[in-house]
Amino acid sequence: MTTLTLGRTSVPAKYLPVLVTGCLFVAMFLVGGIRYEGFATGQIILNVFIDNGFLLVVAVGMTFVILTGGIDLSVGSVVALSTMISASLMAGPGWPPYLVVPLVLLIGSGLGLVMGYIIHAFDIQPFIVTLAGMFLARGLCYTIGTDSIPIEDPTFTAFAQTRIDLFADMWISPSVVIALVVVGVAAYVLHYTRFGRAVYATGGSEQSALLMGLPVARTKVTVYTISGFCSALGGVLLSFYMLSGYGLHAVGMELDAIAAVVIGGTLLTGGTGFLLGTVLGVLVLGLIQTIISFEGTLSSWWTKIFIGLLLFVFILLQRLFSARTRR
Amino acid sequence: MRRLLWPVVVLVLLLVLNVFFTPSFFSIEVKDGHLYGSLIDILRFGAPLILVSLGMTLVIATGGIDLSVGSVVAIAGALACLQISQDASVFTAVVLALGLSVVLGAWNGFLVAAVGIQPIIATLILMVAGRGLAQLITDGQIITINSPEYKLIGGGYWLTLPFSVILVIIVLGITAFLTRRLALGMLIESVGGNAEASRLAGIRSRGIIIMVYAFAALCAGVAGLMISSNVSSADGNNAGLWIELDAILAVVIGGTSLSGGRFSLSGTVLGALIIQTLTTTIYSIGVPPETTLLFKALVVTAVCLIQSPSFRAKVFRRRGRTAPPSPAAEEKVRVTA
Repeated sequence: MTTLTLGRTSVPAKYLPVLVTGCLFVAMFLVGGIRYEGFATGQIILNVFIDNGFLLVVAVGMTFVILTGGIDLSVGSVVALSTMISASLMAGPGWPPYLVVPLVLLIGSGLGLVMGYIIHAFDIQPFIVTLAGMFLARGLCYTIGTDSIPIEDPTFTAFAQTRIDLFADMWISPSVVIALVVVGVAAYVLHYTRFGRAVYATGGSEQSALLMGLPVARTKVTVYTISGFCSALGGVLLSFYMLSGYGLHAVGMELDAIAAVVIGGTLLTGGTGFLLGTVLGVLVLGLIQTIISFEGTLSSWWTKIFIGLLLFVFILLQRLFSARTRR
Repeated sequence: MRRLLWPVVVLVLLLVLNVFFTPSFFSIEVKDGHLYGSLIDILRFGAPLILVSLGMTLVIATGGIDLSVGSVVAIAGALACLQISQDASVFTAVVLALGLSVVLGAWNGFLVAAVGIQPIIATLILMVAGRGLAQLITDGQIITINSPEYKLIGGGYWLTLPFSVILVIIVLGITAFLTRRLALGMLIESVGGNAEASRLAGIRSRGIIIMVYAFAALCAGVAGLMISSNVSSADGNNAGLWIELDAILAVVIGGTSLSGGRFSLSGTVLGALIIQTLTTTIYSIGVPPETTLLFKALVVTAVCLIQSPSFRAKVFRRRGRTAPPSPAAEEKVRVTA
């Protein structure tokens, strides 16, 4: 009985962080629309999706990991490794894309699986294990080559140049469709399946989840595999976007992904958060960049300062919310 | 002492490996009154990392982590170089840069101790924003300066030794004295063991946490001065990039647990030296330097596995299974006899 009443009162509080992020996004969009000419169009939002499709996919994987209370620092490097492997395999031996893409996805998932296994089996902090994974993937990139490798494969260029026209002169790229499909599948898995519930339970309290008989071990290993898969897919999308493979692609993307997840209202201690929040978090990050490019006079480093400020505000808000619900 | 066994073994192995490829590796000679040699180079180039790792050790000992040190390195270097390029004296520049570092560190500590934000996140804020701040100070450019006095900090020599090494020894000495001869070290360990229990036991854990973050940032600030003075320029974008990861790595290799509690300063110094030696080794044995990260990944994994209790337990269990069962049988016989 107590859980039921508790559940009923905490329902609004549960959605509050996501609501705040949503309001922030709308407010930023409105301010941008008032300040700059040609800003308040639907295409601006779609452009944010087009320019950040890969980040969205990576952040989805990160959401799974963070929900279990872990962290994955390797995502940026795995993204770079994916671009590098696909570019080099297509440029050198001339492999066809329908072989390269599955292989890349397999490598990414495999890396995630190994990291998840080490984290779980040997009880080492996720932070350190994924740090090693980050070094490993980045090192493999440089071993393949230190220069940028262009991608000239017709399928990839077709993916990069195709415009899917929507109504009223608005368009999106195929990458956006892939990213949205990933978001949809992930949201379904997270909120409507047994595995999703195990993810939340593990993040809430690993001990309790174990005592409840939930497969904590399998859940933990799986979330890192999912994150590895999402990073590899993000890498494929990035190579559509950049049309090149380069060891220095996606440097610091792990921070952007973590920032997007946090701004989206997911608690870093695990157990609380929504995938929709992560999507909004990515949109907010993307909109900051758009606004700064519209402003013109602000230099690119202001992006970092703004993201830092936003992180600060949102973490403070999280503290306030969690303090209130505890009372 | 046993905790330091593995780091020492790894370091010695790396050094011996170097001798195979460069026989003159251990030779140290005096030129123009300065000490020269590969070992001295390792110390000199490793100095910033050792400093940052020292600060990181104390932070990790309180159960925290500081991701922002890399940004603080960049900010300190940028501010000092900016001041010097605007004709401020080296002394003012250094004091201002270190002062700003301490303020930034205290800010981190305030977020962790007073606001109660998880350390990873609290310092992530400054890690992201700090890079932007450093670029704001340098205006996105690389500030180049020409100041012999400033050059001394990172690239100069004093009493035949590189000045940066002397600085590290001084900081290490003070830290070791404060934490090992005074009660401070024990207080830090107790806060790391259980902050709430320490508070109930009458320890001002808040003050201690703020202090260690400020100390970590101060160390990072000094390291930032060293790095920028060694190359006589400040690069807000790349100075100290990923140094926080190397520092955390050094601390972990040195045997300090990331969950807080006990810490080992000598272990950290060893860890930082291992990382620097690894980098030097890769250059000297002719492996392409791009693969440094691969080796780092292998070393991290190996060290973490060796230190993981459950890995040891699993390996020992397997060894027990494959070993001939005679000792157990013998024991039984003895019991019956």
